[in-house]
Amino acid sequence: MCTAEGDRELALAAASGDRAAFAVLLARHYDRLFGLCFRLTGRRETAEDLTQDICLALPAKLKHFRGEAKLTTWLYRVAVNAALDRRRRAATRAKSAEGWGRWESNRRAAIEDSAANLRWLRRAMTALPEPLRDTAALVLGEELSHAEAALVLGVSEGTVSWRLSEIRKRLRAMRQEELSS
Amino acid sequence: MTDPLDELKRAMDSATPMPDPARRAANLARAQKIFERAQGSAAAPRPTHDRPAGWAGWKTGVGRMFAALAARPVLAATTGLAAVGLIALVPLIREGGLPLLPPEVPLSGTMVAQDGISIGPAGDEVAEIAAAPAAVEPPSAPVTAVGSPIDLAENESLVAVPRVRSLRSSTAELEVEHALRSESIAEAEPIGQDGMGRPGSETFANADPQPLRIAAEEPVSTFAIDVDTASYAFIRSTLMHGFLPSPEAVRIEEMINYFPYGYAEPEASGSPFRPTVTVMETPWNRDTQLIHIALQGRSPAVEKRPPLNLVFLVDTSGSMDDPAKLPLLVQSFRLMLGQLRPQDQIAIVAYAGSAGLVLDATPADDRTAILAALDRLHADGSTAGAQGLRLAYQTAERMAAEGEVTRVVLATDGDFNVGIADPDALEEFIARKRQSGIYLSVLGFGRGNLDDATMQALAQNGNGHAAYIDTLSEARKVLVDQLTGALFPIANDVKIQVEFNPAAVAEYRLIGYETRALAREDFNNDKVDAGEIGAGHSVTALYEVTPVGSPAVLSDPLRYAESREAMQGLDGELAYLRLRYKEPGEAESRLTEFPIALGMGAANADTRFAAAIAGFGQILRGGRYLGTWSYPDAIALAEANTGDDRFGYRREAVTMMRLAEGLAD
Repeated sequence: MCTAEGDRELALAAASGDRAAFAVLLARHYDRLFGLCFRLTGRRETAEDLTQDICLALPAKLKHFRGEAKLTTWLYRVAVNAALDRRRRAATRAKSAEGWGRWESNRRAAIEDSAANLRWLRRAMTALPEPLRDTAALVLGEELSHAEAALVLGVSEGTVSWRLSEIRKRLRAMRQEELSS
Repeated sequence: MTDPLDELKRAMDSATPMPDPARRAANLARAQKIFERAQGSAAAPRPTHDRPAGWAGWKTGVGRMFAALAARPVLAATTGLAAVGLIALVPLIREGGLPLLPPEVPLSGTMVAQDGISIGPAGDEVAEIAAAPAAVEPPSAPVTAVGSPIDLAENESLVAVPRVRSLRSSTAELEVEHALRSESIAEAEPIGQDGMGRPGSETFANADPQPLRIAAEEPVSTFAIDVDTASYAFIRSTLMHGFLPSPEAVRIEEMINYFPYGYAEPEASGSPFRPTVTVMETPWNRDTQLIHIALQGRSPAVEKRPPLNLVFLVDTSGSMDDPAKLPLLVQSFRLMLGQLRPQDQIAIVAYAGSAGLVLDATPADDRTAILAALDRLHADGSTAGAQGLRLAYQTAERMAAEGEVTRVVLATDGDFNVGIADPDALEEFIARKRQSGIYLSVLGFGRGNLDDATMQALAQNGNGHAAYIDTLSEARKVLVDQLTGALFPIANDVKIQVEFNPAAVAEYRLIGYETRALAREDFNNDKVDAGEIGAGHSVTALYEVTPVGSPAVLSDPLRYAESREAMQGLDGELAYLRLRYKEPGEAESRLTEFPIALGMGAANADTRFAAAIAGFGQILRGGRYLGTWSYPDAIALAEANTGDDRFGYRREAVTMMRLAEGLAD
């Protein structure tokens, strides 16, 4: 069975009130959703909370799912919007940047050998402005195509491509800086 | 050279953790519950008492339902379930005569606004703070009268355990403070323990909702003001955990008084507070009136205060890496920023592995620079406190000027690695600096390794105060009320007495203040204790009154009651308000009194928002007098009246209402 197709049917069934379909759907996508939330926020706790927000909101949101987009695309859009919403709240402005630092120190003990790699990731993600970070999370983390990511982010495909080249440029600059210092 | 995008991707893939299994299970379960509830409540918001008794309604309903179902692309196996969900639609078809909505029409009544993606508040900063200890999971059973032990452990500060705040520490007061402190802790602990396992204990001091009173029989209502706000914080954290608070946990006056309002300030000389009365239409009942009584305490004279130079010395060591520590601290500073004036200056020094000047002296009105500096604070590394302290004092010395107050504010979780040889030397260092006119305040954050003794010693020697901050509201109290202003009571034992005019008012009801009721004769008895108003505080009380002759009158007139015509002369006078208070240090109370007339004052965003919160509180308590007015009405009313809401308190309340709506059956 093609997963995307199964997703669509399940989602439509859930949208019209099928409890079992809803349960299967959410269980199937929970981990993926959490992964994206983590990549969007850079912090495990925040990601847990964000995933929770989304889960609790999904029953209502799902009513609007018409099966026009792929379910995952639709779900990513919900997640990205939820993350945006979160950031928009003045209270959380400090979080996403700060989160990478926090997360890094938590992980340090656990994964000794990839510590350098993680530090680099943290620095890289923190250095990127939010739109670029979100784009990276979707295209690199979730492996969406530029077109899919554009749909999720509500921008044109060209913008996604431009953002990726911008990310590449910034990462290169960062590396140059590291080498020279 | 490899593509940096590949590197980023690899790093990302290897870094992404798996979700916490416990939270995963809990989230799935809760989402499922909400989903199921949404099916039931979507088309039938009031299913229980509207349910038709007869079989006929049920049959027609099901008939139409299957007609509707047949057209839907529902998986065959699930038809049975869908039908179960749709049974709840039956009542409306018959009772309300409403058209049967096709299932795909978006319906209100779920927890989330249908427009945009405005998701509930669990992600709110405040939520994380309220849920401080890292491994927070929703309690496994709904919070009933008292809540599970887990709940209390998390919320202890909100419930029963008085914390020691802002121990001012001039040496003379020191011993007394210490005595008081240990005493309050000794008293507090058993209460907290006791409350844990025993439902119905006084963990939630509350009484039955204020009943409706008949003005002709009981014309006088007396109560003491209350400026506590703990109930709101408790309700918030309960809702954040996904449960409705038990009605006993809801103290409506504390919810209303949690919010800042822009009530008129008292004049410079004269009474320490100013009463403002507004008579407006009751949101939940067109046939009654709401009397909104606001008392605004005089604000400390901020404009007369000398300019402040504040150096924040922020501990960014690894142990500050906790939602209740660094993020709370940053939040707290944000709050305080709004209270500073352009003449004030701020500098920030961070200390961890190494000490560094994050922000050099900056005028307080350059918010962009200050906020950006706050955003740069990361928890990382070990602590080198002494080095930071030296740097902070150096910075402070540069900022200091004649006629200004210079203060170093040390924010730490107390894991204070004393680098200057030994603690005594550190204290000495601080004491020496005090003589140069620089004060030191210590703010403690988080639990666990809070080194209270060191904190106290430092603050005492620095001629400042030490305070413990565990929630944002505590931060607001300490940083906003105490640091920039001065927290001092401006009126003690404030009592309110309202005498209703039975010729104009048939029935009245005080909303909230159940635990503050006073006997009528106690109003004039100065020995009877009541609430205090602090500088800048405001207190709100609401009465719902039913005018004589209104269709909303619930009680029938007495056949043998005496005629009220004698009082008709007082045209439009609904009631007479009396306020008693004592000036600090005085034993004898003063009296302020004036009549309340119909149409007095003008309703504005403040009064209407207070009414919305009162409505919300009443819904949480069962909503006995609200008729069909419910969450959507409260949400709409609150949302329309958030005012300028500088700190987002009101918007947060709207989110709370949405959450409660989603959780309500």
